[in-house]
Amino acid sequence: MTTTEPTPTLLHRLRGPATLAALLAAALLLLPQLLEPFRLNLLAQYLCYAIVALGIALAWGRGGMLTLGQGVYFGLGAYAMAMHLTLQATAADPLAPDLPPFMVWSGLTQLPWFWRPFTSPAVAVLAAILIPGTLAALLGWSVFRRRVRGAYFAILNQALAAAFVILLIGQQHLTGGSNGLTNFPVFAGQSLYTPTAQTTLYTLTVLTLTATYLLFRHITHSRYGKLLIAVRDAEDRVRYLGHNPTWIKTLAYTLAAMAAGAAGALFVPIMGIISPTLIGVIPSIMMVLAVAIGGRHSLAGAAAGAIIMNTAQTTFAETFAGGWTYLQGALFVLVIALAPQGLAGLATTLKNRLTRPTPTEPDPAPAPAAERSTP
Amino acid sequence: MEALVNQLPIGLAIGAVLLLAALGLNFTFGQMGVINMAHGELIMVGAYTAYVLHAWVGINPAYSLLAALPTAFAVTGTLGWLLETTLIRHFYGRPLDTLLLTFGIGMILQQAARDIFGAPNVDVPAPTWLTGGITLPGDIRIHYSRLFILALAITCVIAIAHYLNRSRQGRRMRAVIHNRDLAAVSGINTRTVDATTFFIGSGLAGIAGVALTLIGPTGPTLGTNYIVDAFLVVVVGGLGRLSGTVLAAFALGILNATVEAWADASLAKLIVFTAIVAFLQARPQGLFTVKTRALT
Repeated sequence: MTTTEPTPTLLHRLRGPATLAALLAAALLLLPQLLEPFRLNLLAQYLCYAIVALGIALAWGRGGMLTLGQGVYFGLGAYAMAMHLTLQATAADPLAPDLPPFMVWSGLTQLPWFWRPFTSPAVAVLAAILIPGTLAALLGWSVFRRRVRGAYFAILNQALAAAFVILLIGQQHLTGGSNGLTNFPVFAGQSLYTPTAQTTLYTLTVLTLTATYLLFRHITHSRYGKLLIAVRDAEDRVRYLGHNPTWIKTLAYTLAAMAAGAAGALFVPIMGIISPTLIGVIPSIMMVLAVAIGGRHSLAGAAAGAIIMNTAQTTFAETFAGGWTYLQGALFVLVIALAPQGLAGLATTLKNRLTRPTPTEPDPAPAPAAERSTP
Repeated sequence: MEALVNQLPIGLAIGAVLLLAALGLNFTFGQMGVINMAHGELIMVGAYTAYVLHAWVGINPAYSLLAALPTAFAVTGTLGWLLETTLIRHFYGRPLDTLLLTFGIGMILQQAARDIFGAPNVDVPAPTWLTGGITLPGDIRIHYSRLFILALAITCVIAIAHYLNRSRQGRRMRAVIHNRDLAAVSGINTRTVDATTFFIGSGLAGIAGVALTLIGPTGPTLGTNYIVDAFLVVVVGGLGRLSGTVLAAFALGILNATVEAWADASLAKLIVFTAIVAFLQARPQGLFTVKTRALT
């Protein structure tokens, strides 16, 4: 939101890309040297959540759609990749039967039909992005078309997450049940347990995060991005102006789901396990809360929020579990009550205070005029 | 068809549980537009109230259930009233923010329950007069506790309907829902009405919590198991209509029971979800709606 400056100087225009390039260089070159493999692995996990956060910032921050079920799309991507890795592990082990162990235990003699395509890595990667995208497009289109929005939409998302997890747990012979899928030693013939493999995965995650950020940044600055904000703030007026809010919203929602799917696919080889507890109703809300804390109107803020939240989660939950839950709960209340724009909003306010002493300047962040309920 | 008839009593029993959990939401979400994610935790507090009365105060299990109902109503109602007056009232008109805010409150309440009562489930014995059940034709057995919940749900609905339609306060509440500004200039103290609405809605969560001790384990995560389904009931029923909530609760209960009769229980959830999305295609605002001409 640099538009408040009349004519941005070259220095101003280069500041954003320069910061990004510096961050990228530090993340790719410096951190793998500095951090021990365990910490680097953790950081890679947080970066996966940051990719999900970018999608939420697009759909919720810009589009006003509270996506309370991103765990579903994250999970679909993760399970697509995990199914492929499970099949690889089964094929690589000469002593093992032709089926993944949990299927053997459940009494299956044949690989289920929907597992078969996942022997191919290309199919797995494509499916990890396209299946979430298709599901989101279908659900989004069918509810936005009928103008289901606001709280209704949020609750539908949440119900989807609940149903998805129950399905995963219930169909144990097909999905691994509540244990999930784990034990992934190889991908494309390479061992996943070596430090090199972990560094490669980390690099891949950083690059995906950067690419997603640049893509979403481009989208939010485009004509479509302005329409998306307009739909968030006054959907009916946009309709009167001759635009169709249905596809505007569906597109943003689908993109968010695809980002979550890609993040899930990256998450699985890094984490080494995917299970229903990682993608249910509560994890889905946590993904949204990270964005709320980081700043829903800022892509960079949302990504930073996810990294900060997850870092804090690991650090504090290790030392004092119960106290952390209180702190976390209180933090959410405080952020929503006092800083609805999140950390990014606080940063903007602070910058404005420092650079412009007169408080008459309007807040440059796009104010959330929408999200109002039916009177 | 025969399967449907056989599943009907089970469906009604499931529906009664859904209805009890959703009745409070009908006030806080339906009437005030606050997505109270802490509602599940208020249900949990209600359940623990029953436990405290039995285990700590030491009331005879034969009466503790009956004593727990009004006590839980008062306890969770007061808790809800406190939340409304200190926090939630600053967030009217921002439903999505109230969702995140109350989720934070829910986390705190849940952890508090864990610290006070311990993470494992506690045992709340059902009164002896509720043991056993009746066997219906078709070899379907219905526990007395399920019947008790059904009766409790119906009693609550009648009481609420009476309150909303006959009492002075209930009529004020309806006036505020229909037109807040007009109600205010007519001399209604909308702040008091809001706080009362929240008190009743939260209190109903307490009653639901006591009822749930009869049919399931009582633990810190008791409420989270019911909250999503309860919200769905309000979405299907339509905002702010008691009749919609009642109808939707029983419809979803019967649908759940019927689908579970011929499909896997885990698949049933997804089928019910798809059915709800399909239903919203026909009626995006739910079964019944309060008609307004407002643009959103």
